[in-house]
Amino acid sequence: MLAALVGFLGDFDLAEESAAEAFAVAARRWPAEGVPFSPVAWLVTTARNRAIDRLRRDRVLAAKLRLLAATMPDPAEAEVDETEIPDERLELIFTCCHPALAADAQVALTLRAVAGLATEDIALAFLVPAETMKRRLTRAKTKIRDAGIPFSVPAPDRLPDRLAVVLAVVYLIFNQGYSVPGEAGHLAREAIRLGRVLAGLLPGETEPLGLLALMLLHDARRAARLSGPDGQDLVLLADQDRSLWDWRQIGEAREILGLIVESRGPYLIQAAIASLQAADPIDWRQVAALYEELAGLTGSPVVRLNGAVAVAEADGPGAALAIVDALDLAQYPYWHSTRAELLRRLGRTGEARSAYGSALALAGTEPERRFLQQRIADC
Amino acid sequence: MQYALLIYTAPGTVEALSPAEQQALSVEYYALRDEPGMLGGAGLQPVTTATTVRLADGKPLVTDGPFADTKEVFGGYYLYEADNLDQAIEMAARIPAVRLGGSIEVRPVRGKAS
Repeated sequence: MLAALVGFLGDFDLAEESAAEAFAVAARRWPAEGVPFSPVAWLVTTARNRAIDRLRRDRVLAAKLRLLAATMPDPAEAEVDETEIPDERLELIFTCCHPALAADAQVALTLRAVAGLATEDIALAFLVPAETMKRRLTRAKTKIRDAGIPFSVPAPDRLPDRLAVVLAVVYLIFNQGYSVPGEAGHLAREAIRLGRVLAGLLPGETEPLGLLALMLLHDARRAARLSGPDGQDLVLLADQDRSLWDWRQIGEAREILGLIVESRGPYLIQAAIASLQAADPIDWRQVAALYEELAGLTGSPVVRLNGAVAVAEADGPGAALAIVDALDLAQYPYWHSTRAELLRRLGRTGEARSAYGSALALAGTEPERRFLQQRIADC
Repeated sequence: MQYALLIYTAPGTVEALSPAEQQALSVEYYALRDEPGMLGGAGLQPVTTATTVRLADGKPLVTDGPFADTKEVFGGYYLYEADNLDQAIEMAARIPAVRLGGSIEVRPVRGKAS
């Protein structure tokens, strides 16, 4: 509904305010007059009319009003077919994830405008004060208006780059929900919902499906990922209780992966890796090969690091350590913890302990810190 | 909407080109001014010709410079009329400074009242 209003009005604040007014009118009238035949259409039309009233009262926006009145079909509030409202969610997503906005603003706007989360909830999930999040959203909306960020789906030649930004935002939302336990957990579900919407709205693109499959696979392991009395102890993939995995979700992801036969982008490859890792036994050589393909595509040292873990399983810790030591990732906690793990397996206990210590100094979340402390104690 | 496309160049990159290449570059900059939507613009002389004016005790304090110890220096601008930011970005990406290690700052021009 908000997407339709922003598309029509070209103004986030006006769209939000008039949507709120429309809901208020509905709350007053529907109990007495009955729910209209198509409630969403009624709300959109009412909100549009309220917005026009609002603009009418505002003389500075007189020019805008003329423009609106000219394009306004002006039907009675109750008699609109829901199918006449254009689905502009895709435009809304691309506007919220415009590269001219800062990454944290893209994430916040997408959650607020597309997923419909309350500002306070977004602030809570990203561990910032509500005031900070409010300012961040206001700044982003002001930039959209003043810099003329368009409300449109990018041209075909720009679509791949712009879609990459959108997918990165959705995956970032997912990871925030996945890695921060408790309050942010619902973000993972929101991200999956956004992934479904994107895949549905862009049927010609395979990467949204890849991202959806990837999120479904990771999320399927949620219940097995943490344990302990307070649910803050990290459980490694190999030690997870597979009966706790959501096999329906894994099945859905594998069905998606089975649909795609043409060239694979980074999300599809990652999803294929996650799917292999849910098998028993795991085909580590195949996993290592997929990481190799992914590293070739992205050139990312982090991907090579993850690939080294598969190499360790397929060819032993020595071969993996050679790969890891060649990577320039000293600022990255998982580089240290991966090195530590390989050194431990090679019996180089002293070096392992010091590498675990370096990882601990950089670790971001409580479950990770506990896991590393336990490893150091076991060395 | 009107956008100022502010051109920042990496010092020394133009000087490193042959006279013929510099000539071709200048032709390219002039050709962009004939594009639809271009309202104006100007290229500036090198920063070595610059003079800085401040006010000290109510009187103009004039100094030489600033000198190019920064990575990029302001070299000129175009004034461009576009429907939206995406159009302005497309035009900015065509300015030669971009492929010579420079960058373009795209800034909407303040309207009379909005």
